[in-house]
Amino acid sequence: MSANLIPILWDATLQTLYMVALSAILGTVGGLPLGVYLATSQRGELLSSPWVNWVLGLVVNATRSVPFIILVVAIIPFTRMMVGTSIGTDAAIVPLTIAAIPFIARLVENAIREVDAGLIEAARAMGATPFQIIRKVLIPEALPAITLGLTLAVVSLIGYSAMVGAVGGQGLGDLGIRYGYQRFMPEVMLAVVVILIVLVQLVQSLGERLAARVDRRAARNRGN
Amino acid sequence: MSSTTKDAAILFEGVGKSFPKGDGTRVTALSGIDLAVPQGSITGIIGRSGAGKSTLLRMVNGLERPTEGRVTVAGRDVGAARGSALRHIRRDVGMIFQHFNLLASRTVRDNVALPLEVAGTPRSRIRPRVDELIEQVGLQALADRYPAELSGGQKQRVGIARALATDPKVLLSDEATSALDPETTQTVLELLARINRDLGLTILLITHEMAVLRDIASHMAVIEGGSIVEAGETHKVFTRPAHATTRSFLSGVTGATLPAFIADRLLSERPEGPSEQVIRVTFAGDHATDPMLSLLATELGISANILAGAIEEVGSHPFGNLLISVDAMRADEARAYLERHGLLTEVLGHVR
Repeated sequence: MSANLIPILWDATLQTLYMVALSAILGTVGGLPLGVYLATSQRGELLSSPWVNWVLGLVVNATRSVPFIILVVAIIPFTRMMVGTSIGTDAAIVPLTIAAIPFIARLVENAIREVDAGLIEAARAMGATPFQIIRKVLIPEALPAITLGLTLAVVSLIGYSAMVGAVGGQGLGDLGIRYGYQRFMPEVMLAVVVILIVLVQLVQSLGERLAARVDRRAARNRGN
Repeated sequence: MSSTTKDAAILFEGVGKSFPKGDGTRVTALSGIDLAVPQGSITGIIGRSGAGKSTLLRMVNGLERPTEGRVTVAGRDVGAARGSALRHIRRDVGMIFQHFNLLASRTVRDNVALPLEVAGTPRSRIRPRVDELIEQVGLQALADRYPAELSGGQKQRVGIARALATDPKVLLSDEATSALDPETTQTVLELLARINRDLGLTILLITHEMAVLRDIASHMAVIEGGSIVEAGETHKVFTRPAHATTRSFLSGVTGATLPAFIADRLLSERPEGPSEQVIRVTFAGDHATDPMLSLLATELGISANILAGAIEEVGSHPFGNLLISVDAMRADEARAYLERHGLLTEVLGHVR
């Protein structure tokens, strides 16, 4: 590989990291409360409102049904409204975030639903409000599972980010297609794939470490 | 119950609970419950699983609402309370659970602090109160551990400390010892009895083990099929159980059971020829320590074989239970004599 490709790869990596990080953060900001609400608004739960839950579930499922590459082009008008342009890395963050929110919401919903109902009962018996139960019981108790869910979401976003080249999103995936495929430079393709593998590995092991750190469910050596 | 309803800490009046079923009909879980839990008592409700005892307990802090009747705690109608009024009642009612229900993400200290945080107690007051509670249940050394690092008995102590945090007037215990081994059960029951004594706290507990009632309950009620079939002071119910369900619960705990070699040969009808009648004799109150069997021998010349027996304390009254056999020819005479002297007898069967 020629030396002048290194800066290009470096730039593409930074673009990918930028897109993934920002959309993961925005996706969590939107997905966490949505997931908590999806879990707690089911019939008979803390904030029981089955109809709202049904409608939200429908919207989430609809969003998740749309193939990502179609979502990217379908929401171009919306993207232009949000960031003023429909081309480039910033524009790519809009569809990435919109895909991330329902995905993260479902992961959070599952994590919250796994919390032992006995803990909710104990908190209700203490006179806790639904909001206190969410903040002091549900989220802390679900945190290990939420952390693992977010790890999964970030890994998926790394994959999605490769598709936003379609709207000039740049990043590693775009580089791989333009150089590796269209300009017949298989070494670039290989380099892109290797970098992606390394990124995914790093994210996965970091996520697992964080999850283990917040997980107090199993007895283990003290002091960590 | 012997006490008047006026000084009741918890009062159930005509309480019923039914749930809608899928086909439009309703399932009745509880009906016609009238029960007064005396102030400062340890009252135990015993019943088999599905008898409705858990639903009954959960009405006291509004986790369940009655569909009929009224449940009042210290004069406040729990079923009618909503929102913040209900949350205030709940802060006056502590609760402990069979599976402890501790937060795995919090240390012992922080678990105990939770009800105080929920009640909006200032941080500066939480710390000393939590230390005091942890000392009360003897867990000082484990204050910074997580629940996963504790044994079942230790977890229940945390549960008790947590339940006492907001200084409740009433403590509800939902099968609190059912997940514990017998030895640990004993220490947890002793802790509950001590709290009841020292703090004057009223305890309402549900259990399926008569031994729990025998050990700490001053009052008890037996629930069966959603209704209370018997209630009163524990020692009185133990001595004169009126209902078959009560008797079947009692057979496991009072005065040991028949040795297997006799139980196997036990006949319900008196057989032909010479035989012995097997009798359960219950000694209660003041008569528990009288030498009735030797009097039976010296005054009537009837000798009794002792098959099994025990004398223990029930609701702080001495309580004895003896399984004897006497010559079937003179059994009626012997039982009449014992009954005349204030003992209770029950024919269990005959052996050849």
